[in-house]
Amino acid sequence: MPGKLKAKIVAGRHLPVMDRASDLTDAFVEVKFGNTTFKTDVYPKSLNPQWNSEWFKFEVDDEDLQDEPLQITVLDHDTYSANDAIGKVYIDIDPLLSSEAATVISGWFPIYDTIHGIRGEINVLVKVDLFNDLNRFRQSSCGVKFFCTTSIPRCYRAAMVHGFVEELVVNEDPEYQWIDRIRTPRASNEARQRLISLMSGELQRKIGLKVLEMGGNAVVGYLQCFDLEGESGLVVRAIGTACTLEKLSNSSAAAPPACNSPSKDIKEPPFSEDPNPNTHSSGPSTPLKTQTYSFSPSKSYSRQSSSSDTDLSLTPKTGMGSGGSAGKEGGPLKTLLRQQTQSALEQREFPFFTLTSFPPGFLIHVGGVVSARSVKLLDRIHNPDEPETRDAWWEEIRQEIKSHARALGCHAVVGYSESTSICEEVCILSASGTAAVLHPKFMQEGCLDGYSDPSRLEEPSPPSCGFCHIPYDELNIPFPAHLTYCYHCRRQKVPDVLFTTIDMPAEAAVTGKGCLIQARLCRLKKKAQGEVNATAISNLLPFMEYELHTQLMNKLKLRGMNALFGLRIQISVGENMLVGLASATAVYLTALPTPGGIQIAGKTPSDITYEQHISNMQKKINDTIAKNKELYEVNPPEVIEEVIGSPIPEPRQRSRLFRSHSESSDEVSELDLSHGKKDAFVLEIDDTDAVEDIHSLLTDTPAPAGFYSCNTEIMPGIYNWTSGLQMFTSVRVFRLSNANLTNQGLNKIFNDLCENLLKSLYFKLRSMIPCCLCHLNFTVAVPEDELIQVAVTAVAMTFDKDQAQENWKLGADKTHMKAIVENEEQLQFPLELCTESPSTNPFSPCRGTGLQESANAHATPRASSLEKASPLPEGRSRSLRSTRSYAGSTVAVVKMTPLSFIPGTRIIKYLGIINMFFIRETTSLREEGGVSGFLHAFIAEVFAMVRAHVAALGGNAVVSYSMKECVFMENPNKNQAQCLINVSGDAVIFMRESELEATPAPPQTSCSGGEVTT
Amino acid sequence: MSMELDVFVGNTMLLDEEVYKLWLDGYTVGDAVRLRLEGGVLQECEASEEVLHSDTMDQFRTFQMCERFLHCPSKLANQLLFQIPPHRQAMLIERYYMFDSGFARELLGKKLSKGTKKDLDDVSAKTGITLKSCRRQFDNFKRVFKAVEELKGPLVENIQHHFLLSDRLARDYAAVVFFANSRFETGKRKLQYLSFQDFAFCARQLISYWTVGSVDSMLEGMDVDLEKEFLHDLKDLKILITDKDMLDQHKSLVCAALRGKIKVFNEMEGNFKNLSRALVNIAVKLTHTKDVRDLFIDLVEKFIEPCRSDRWAVGDIRLFLTHYTSTAHKLDTFRHLVIWDRYMGVVKSCILKMYHD
Repeated sequence: MPGKLKAKIVAGRHLPVMDRASDLTDAFVEVKFGNTTFKTDVYPKSLNPQWNSEWFKFEVDDEDLQDEPLQITVLDHDTYSANDAIGKVYIDIDPLLSSEAATVISGWFPIYDTIHGIRGEINVLVKVDLFNDLNRFRQSSCGVKFFCTTSIPRCYRAAMVHGFVEELVVNEDPEYQWIDRIRTPRASNEARQRLISLMSGELQRKIGLKVLEMGGNAVVGYLQCFDLEGESGLVVRAIGTACTLEKLSNSSAAAPPACNSPSKDIKEPPFSEDPNPNTHSSGPSTPLKTQTYSFSPSKSYSRQSSSSDTDLSLTPKTGMGSGGSAGKEGGPLKTLLRQQTQSALEQREFPFFTLTSFPPGFLIHVGGVVSARSVKLLDRIHNPDEPETRDAWWEEIRQEIKSHARALGCHAVVGYSESTSICEEVCILSASGTAAVLHPKFMQEGCLDGYSDPSRLEEPSPPSCGFCHIPYDELNIPFPAHLTYCYHCRRQKVPDVLFTTIDMPAEAAVTGKGCLIQARLCRLKKKAQGEVNATAISNLLPFMEYELHTQLMNKLKLRGMNALFGLRIQISVGENMLVGLASATAVYLTALPTPGGIQIAGKTPSDITYEQHISNMQKKINDTIAKNKELYEVNPPEVIEEVIGSPIPEPRQRSRLFRSHSESSDEVSELDLSHGKKDAFVLEIDDTDAVEDIHSLLTDTPAPAGFYSCNTEIMPGIYNWTSGLQMFTSVRVFRLSNANLTNQGLNKIFNDLCENLLKSLYFKLRSMIPCCLCHLNFTVAVPEDELIQVAVTAVAMTFDKDQAQENWKLGADKTHMKAIVENEEQLQFPLELCTESPSTNPFSPCRGTGLQESANAHATPRASSLEKASPLPEGRSRSLRSTRSYAGSTVAVVKMTPLSFIPGTRIIKYLGIINMFFIRETTSLREEGGVSGFLHAFIAEVFAMVRAHVAALGGNAVVSYSMKECVFMENPNKNQAQCLINVSGDAVIFMRESELEATPAPPQTSCSGGEVTT
Repeated sequence: MSMELDVFVGNTMLLDEEVYKLWLDGYTVGDAVRLRLEGGVLQECEASEEVLHSDTMDQFRTFQMCERFLHCPSKLANQLLFQIPPHRQAMLIERYYMFDSGFARELLGKKLSKGTKKDLDDVSAKTGITLKSCRRQFDNFKRVFKAVEELKGPLVENIQHHFLLSDRLARDYAAVVFFANSRFETGKRKLQYLSFQDFAFCARQLISYWTVGSVDSMLEGMDVDLEKEFLHDLKDLKILITDKDMLDQHKSLVCAALRGKIKVFNEMEGNFKNLSRALVNIAVKLTHTKDVRDLFIDLVEKFIEPCRSDRWAVGDIRLFLTHYTSTAHKLDTFRHLVIWDRYMGVVKSCILKMYHD
């Protein structure tokens, strides 16, 4: 009996009118946890009831505390008929279970109804008294911290990185239960919301247990997903990276670059002085498992391979490299180190890490992208209510990923993620990550003691190029590639192109700026059922991957760049088509060779007009490359060419794309002006298909002046962020005509859809120029036969164009920074005080400019009381004063960002994970402004609920925010629509760096809101 | 083939003041896009009409969702649905409540009833303001009126307090409320030359000096109604025109003071008794509600028009009224000086404001 949950219902406001006769409401509240329910008194005839209830106490197991949400229902009392529900609030109390997170939840929550949306707000106070439980066999995992952030959270240090944790729970979907035929849509939606909340809690608890078993205390990069399988059930699954985190004791000491805005941490790292001749050696020749899948043409591809066409191209390369590198082994220490890493990872079933950026020194080499897909039939699940079958599916995929990584000479996979796409009974499971070699020091306890002195490790923190060096054996390359000596240190081999799913390491040296690259593709398929359908999809998948890859490669070359970060390939399945979207951030890594240009070769050179056509096109391409180089400031230094490794031309069915050394050709000599003596990438035009491809290549309009975009955390090449921040979500659904569409036509439509969406974003955010759209995360879906849905969530951040990065630190710029901060502060609403009696005159906040004097007078006592309760004494009260006439405003500003940081600020506390699932349904679609009006309102409501929860935890921002699911269904004929949204993120308290300077030792122990009661 | 759904939602509300204005002006999305195109928005940022349309749709939808908070501006500050920086909130409210003076002029003194609302299409046709915008402005008038008509205390402050408006706008609303409450006649043809601001000025004068609140601002005063007692006392001024001696004395005092100072001295001298009678009669009649309504038409017909036909300059009128008022203090038997000054002060400033072409 280790916990006591206490809840108090304080007041409500802006309630809807429930009694038409009196235009008022007789509201009361039910507070439910587990099977216990309490009720408040009815507060008659008011839209702003003051319940001021007693403390409702629930004595519960900590297992329940983790699984169950606190459920608050606001109802309208009706003497003669059943009480009408106004709406509900679900409060996840998990953040209260960790001693380091929040201690009280207190604030205004929107009252949410799945049919009517937000209907007023309710003020609630929640606390938990937790008793220590020493039972070793407990089922709970209270205290394990969860982070969505895919890097080590900014106020922690990773003592150990234990590795991969995963879990999956299954339940019957309430929407498909027989009872759903007789209950109201509201009851059904609420059952679903509650079930998912319960399942998420259970999942988190189970993962927590695994973490405790491994000896960790936290999960970083926690990624939870829902699979709405329909008849066969509802799956909630999660993956993450178990870690042992240590809180940095003093935040002033905790000022390593990682804790600051990245603006500070890019310094040119010293040119590797340490001779480091062979950091790469082969992995052991573990035999790869060969698997057979019913319908899984699961594919992998290697980093640059134009070859990844053939299925499982890497699998046969078992044991490669075991011999070749033997002679190259460095000192014995080196070997030992490697062995340790090896063994540390061998112990793990899956050496996977969901992290995308790493503590310095952790990431040694990057091999390339590994991915696997598999097509499954949901109606073949033997025992749908049990997780075994799905577990086995994922197990297969993970094994495959593991073997691909091995083939690349890597023992680990980083930036790992999993996803599904479901259409009727077909499900595509996908997993991808980046094969990598990691440093063992974070993974093994104790065994490194002897070598803890980093200078003896022979592997100092990797220089700006270390991670590019190939981890595999050059004599036994798993795929055709050019290798050259690293253009940065000249000691190690690097590939000519590098694809990864991770963020660019902060210490990497880049030339110029990066940019977002997308490959987009649609493929029609026949409508089919069961196995036939699955086989058709399986057959299409490799072609799609190949084409997406080709597009990516071409677009990369077109921008004169040589590496991709944050690569994310999504393939969605619909009834009659597959849609593929690959997004990544392209950069020019200084360590990698200058990419060659693109050369077009005609197939029938006899025709003169054709020739002309081709040379026109070639000219266009060359112009574009030159323009792009200028745009992204890609001006690599001249270097001596040292091509090693030879290109291995491979036979291919659709060889429109190959490498050549055609330096003699005239066209290439033209190219040489801009691209050096590099080999050009040849595009052979053999059919209309290719013409289309080239055309689409050139129609990608660059971002307008002043805009940059990327899908990674930060934009390579931009360091001087200012404080402007605008997170947004945009959703578009396109209806295809019934006309018979060709693949090309479909491609064009999809391409335009994405391009126009980007253009719209640029236009809308034009007031923020110069600005960068970061973490542009596109999600595609095929919700119905003729619909394509694209959803994007990203953040627009302003930066200072003129300021050189070094200047950022100079004192001279302090004044400039202050000015920005001041600007920013106009955005700050005063933090709401939980102590403030909600019964204050409702008019007190409304003060016009004419009453400024009195408003200020009013503000002063508030400021002082804030000082006591707020964890941010200085900053808060200051911003309070700056709010001028609106001193009475009661809504705290909550920033949201998909990134793990907020520029110019420091995160001083993580308050817990936000993981919310909402359903909204309407039967009056037209009246709510059609589908757009409906979804617009719903997304705004979701944001509002996230902000309210964060504010109630005492936080002022959500970082690593993401919208993981947005399932939209409509039936315009019936005037109905339904939408499901799942969002997650980390609630935090941040402070401006300027404020931190003012208060050198911010109180670490004082916590949000304090333990104040009304 | 069409865009089925297209939304953009920012964590902080993203809004373009220009688009907000177009929305407030009651344009359809199509018209707004056309106007934005003409306004050259695309020149500053490369984009297509399609993009513009999508952006306009989004913002119009946002405003529509926001509208219910704008109906009760104090809610805007503590609603949770949209995160709006305070200065933006103030802008949203101020612009929402801003009205076209042409529209307000049409509605001044009319009862803010359903009937009036039905006739808004005429107002729309006459003023060139879209019907949608007319309705919004009408609803604003009515909302403000309803909120403050029963409230005690200073009218302007009440309005400011409830609707968080700027000082200037709150004053204009006070005028609208005041006129609507007392139902002053403003629609007659002879009054057409007067602008909303002319009347607003007069309303401020009346509110400041003739209402209960003007005497004791905090004491259960209601700014909306003229003080009954004062209107009753105005009857006493009748002596100025009924007592022949006093009238003559008054005339000679005024003439003495103005001789050589105004161009229209002769006309003034000849007309003095008529003018004085007109002004005093207006005062005396104010006990009847109907005559209160006719205050402005009376001022125009009985005083302003005669003066205008004699080509008085504004300066002449100012001098005349100043001395007309002050010389009354020198009349031996005239005792109602407080009432007189209170009456004449307002009448003088109203006439001066109204005396133009």
